[in-house]
Amino acid sequence: MIRVCATADLPEGEAIRVLAPHPIAVFHTEDGYYAIDDTCTHQDASLADGWLEGCFVECPLHAAAFDVRTGQPTCLPAKRPVATYPVLLSDGVLYVDSGIREDVA
Amino acid sequence: MRTVAIVGTSLAGLRAAQQLRAKGYSGRLVMIGEEIHRPYDRPPLSKDFLLGKTSAAELALGDADDLLAIAARWRLGTRAERLDPAAGEVVLGDGSRVAADGVVIATGATPRALPGTRRLRGVHTLRSLGDAVALRDELRCGAEVVVVGAGFIGAEVASTAKALGCSVTVVEAAPVPLATTLGTRMGAVCARLHADNGVRLLAGTGVASLESAGDQVTGVRLAEGGLLRADVVVVGIGAVPVTGWLAGSGIAVSDGVTCDTGGVTGIPAVVAVGDVANISSTRSEHWSAASEQPAVAVSNLLAGTTVEHHRKPPYFWSDQYEKRIQFAGTARGHDEVRIVEGDPEQRRFVASFHKEGTMIGVLGMSSPKPFTALRKRLDRAAAIVQLG
Repeated sequence: MIRVCATADLPEGEAIRVLAPHPIAVFHTEDGYYAIDDTCTHQDASLADGWLEGCFVECPLHAAAFDVRTGQPTCLPAKRPVATYPVLLSDGVLYVDSGIREDVA
Repeated sequence: MRTVAIVGTSLAGLRAAQQLRAKGYSGRLVMIGEEIHRPYDRPPLSKDFLLGKTSAAELALGDADDLLAIAARWRLGTRAERLDPAAGEVVLGDGSRVAADGVVIATGATPRALPGTRRLRGVHTLRSLGDAVALRDELRCGAEVVVVGAGFIGAEVASTAKALGCSVTVVEAAPVPLATTLGTRMGAVCARLHADNGVRLLAGTGVASLESAGDQVTGVRLAEGGLLRADVVVVGIGAVPVTGWLAGSGIAVSDGVTCDTGGVTGIPAVVAVGDVANISSTRSEHWSAASEQPAVAVSNLLAGTTVEHHRKPPYFWSDQYEKRIQFAGTARGHDEVRIVEGDPEQRRFVASFHKEGTMIGVLGMSSPKPFTALRKRLDRAAAIVQLG
């Protein structure tokens, strides 16, 4: 379990990168908190630096987009999904369970 | 439309094929490519591929399923020699003819060479996988490398060569590198990355000739007379659109294929995409243009008239010396540059370009998030202008 930050430090519409063996991006969407692998499956770029619209994040480098709820890519150039992780909230602090890497498809 | 021939099998050609199928085109599709390789991604050629961090297989732009889904007949390793729109034919280098009632021109561009140096060993341009393999073999630790041209390709190659342990000098004819793209102030900021990283930049310096011993290059003779020793010379002085094969076709050519704002040539059944397309007097030699233009162009091809227009401002990026440079829009005609965030001295900043108070371009260095926010603002503004 990795501590991400206090909820107060991650307002809606924002993202934060968590250092782990695979860096993880945690998003605060209108729909809640979601965590996915931070590195775009297309080429090397951080999705936490991406453009969040609703539950979709657009890679800042080549505009590949992913659904942060499922990790699925929604357009080229990405074709492979990013892994997702459970996000837990306890006493106003966010955690990701980096041990449960949910590889999709 | 029964048969579409796509001439050029790099990113723009592949995306054109994918877009045709995505838009429901069910006719025949013929993919004609001069290179023998299946479509591959070029940007890594000057970076991770040259460094040895990315393999040729990893450059593939589509996997087997993607390519099958296009359901095309592939004519790889075959040049298109001629286009005959009246007869509805593309004539290939082996003399065969492909009958087509729709044509997508995606032949790209070819690097400019220094006159009379093509046969010299040690002299390279970088465009294709073959070019990158040949260059990689010579970028050995300790090699003396001279890069001619401090544009983005030149800067990326210089950065990679330095990382591989080469001794690198960049020679640029213009007093400030990248000034035509970024303006003099920001061009100078980006050019400082060379010195930051132990690469010598000689700006405002022309090249007179290359020195050689036998057929091996040994040095670069500068216009003012000095000599730079060189084991390897990489020439990055721009590229020319590949349009020679269109001579006599009736397709207008002027620095690329002349297109309307929808990528359509004077003949509605012929569209152009990517580096070769000159749209509204501009060629966008960028990955994102090659990736995005086909959606619009093939819609127009299928409609038989221009129903969609290119409206997204240009965007490109460059990775060099561990810095990520991103640019969107244009700096052309700007009368003001503002530092929006960060500090150029820290090599981490976002700057905006303005013309008469309107933002026309955005530059970011290692600041993807604030850069993207401004880029989105440019995109929205362009969409609104289009509507109005």
